[in-house]
Amino acid sequence: MQRVGNERQTTIRPRSGGTDSAAPIISVRGVTNRFGPQLVHDAVDLDVYPGEVLGIVGGSGSGKSVLLRTMLGLHRPNAGDVRIEGMDITRMSTEELLAIKRRYGVTFQHGALFSSLTVAENIQLPMREFFSASERTYDALAELRLRMVGLPVEAGRKLPSQLSGGMVKRAALARALALDPSILFLDEPTAGLDPISAASFDELIVYLHRSLKLTIVMITHDLDTLLATCNRVAVLVDRKIVVDTLEGIMNNPHPWIREYFHGPRARAAHLARGAR
Amino acid sequence: MLLESERRENTLIVRLKGEWRIDNLAQIESALAGVPAGVERYIVDFTGIETIDLSGAWLLHRWVRSMGDRLEIAGAPPAHFDFIDDVLQLEPKERVPPPEARLSLREALAWLGRNTLEWFRQTRDAIGFFGRVTVNGLRAFRSLKHLRVPSIARHVYETGIQAIPIVSLIAFLISVIVAYLGAQQLRQFGAEIFTVDLVTVAVLREMSPLLTAIIVAGRSGSAFAAEIGVMRLNDEIDALQSMGVNHFEVLVTPRLAGLLIALPLLTVIADAMGLAGGALLSSVLLDISLDQFLPRMKDALAPTTFWAGIVKTPVFALIIALVGTYRGLQVRESSRELGRLTTVAVVQSIFLVIFADAVFAVVFVELDF
Repeated sequence: MQRVGNERQTTIRPRSGGTDSAAPIISVRGVTNRFGPQLVHDAVDLDVYPGEVLGIVGGSGSGKSVLLRTMLGLHRPNAGDVRIEGMDITRMSTEELLAIKRRYGVTFQHGALFSSLTVAENIQLPMREFFSASERTYDALAELRLRMVGLPVEAGRKLPSQLSGGMVKRAALARALALDPSILFLDEPTAGLDPISAASFDELIVYLHRSLKLTIVMITHDLDTLLATCNRVAVLVDRKIVVDTLEGIMNNPHPWIREYFHGPRARAAHLARGAR
Repeated sequence: MLLESERRENTLIVRLKGEWRIDNLAQIESALAGVPAGVERYIVDFTGIETIDLSGAWLLHRWVRSMGDRLEIAGAPPAHFDFIDDVLQLEPKERVPPPEARLSLREALAWLGRNTLEWFRQTRDAIGFFGRVTVNGLRAFRSLKHLRVPSIARHVYETGIQAIPIVSLIAFLISVIVAYLGAQQLRQFGAEIFTVDLVTVAVLREMSPLLTAIIVAGRSGSAFAAEIGVMRLNDEIDALQSMGVNHFEVLVTPRLAGLLIALPLLTVIADAMGLAGGALLSSVLLDISLDQFLPRMKDALAPTTFWAGIVKTPVFALIIALVGTYRGLQVRESSRELGRLTTVAVVQSIFLVIFADAVFAVVFVELDF
């Protein structure tokens, strides 16, 4: 049954981003997630290709976060497997999984910064965990991360509670970049930001994606963010995933997808983009 | 080794090689620190680098910058250098206020003043808290709606009924210990029978009220502070206030009322278990059977012995509930604050309980109670 899913999904390939021939960096195969009687994912398949920005959208409760957690190895699916560069993370030992996770950068919806540590200490935490170096080197490495995400170096001495919402998002991104990851997972990166901060955060994502050749998987509800940053979009509908390029997904006939991309809010977002 | 250096007269040629990745952080650090200083000219050759990541490039870039004009670059620098140059040009998108200057005399005075004001403010807050609790408590007893009976019942269950096993066990064991040690001393005078008096008076007057209060302070005082503190962190208390709900009435008064009911009852159970422990030890080790124990106990009991213990418990309950909820409401901002204030709540309530017990002891002796 998983085989069938495999065949069906591999026909979809990204049409932009110049990654046509590359093998997927993450491939989700036949993943089924069930919570009690409620089926969230029914044998879904998803490929993430190196160097692309993949947006995941879906209604509330459609299992976006569960899918992300499954890809991160934080949630074990009821069936199916998740391969990172060909290695199945659902069947890995804890140590192997930890080694893989070091190549991920993750930001969580509300930042999940450790509230008792300063921003710089937050960024340095994974470095200190894995590598030994002098305080000056740690400080230098934290400084780079802060500069990369557009935060002033002084922000490193602040506690998360002393930062504004936009700065928390940037600080969380800085921490996600701590170990020079090749894949970034962003959960609702612009949720709760004002439009100006959100647009500036979108620019930051595009900038980092271009300059560092990162692969980015993001969950977002923000159509502006989706239009500004993503090469491809995965839509979770009816317990399945529909993946296509941005243009392709816009023309998808599925009623929910039509409503999502052509509803009143979507029209406003398109208008805004047209005007830019 | 990540680099080799070769000296030609007053020029040092540094050839970089190997893997400049964050995994080799320690080697990168020592390699850069190990480059001989005090040379007039440096030439750096990047061509030998096998792999480099952003962290490695950044440390290298910093080192190159720190050398300034004395350094020349041979061979193409790593691709990350362009990105880093770019990042260094970036204006920060967000601003934070600059940190305050420190260590001046004026700062020290200002610090002293601020802390004094803070202390006054806290004292005022504590008095205000007590006042609000009193007002809300009085209002609660005027109408059943404000009394929130289901909530009180929940707190009686959580602070009282769930604590019965641990309180019973500790009261039993402590009374066994007191009886055992007391009997050994009294045996020297051949007055073993007075062990019964010792256990009865000690347990009813002091041991069981005090120990029960201390256990409850550790169990429920911390729970009050933590529960309310987490609600503070989640903005739940702001949510209550914005709905026009009096958060004292919802959060503080039921806990206070619940503990006022639960603690005296728990103490009665502790009394019973303590006496049972004494009776058991007496019959097993001292050959004082239950038939002898009970009449002797009756003789030892003054009419006030039991009540001298019980009248203290509402005061203890008041202290524990007030300190716990007050510290919980003080939580602001961070999870560390939550832990700190929970600890403060437990330590202070235990201290105040013992202090109040000392005051009671003196007053009871003076009153001959």
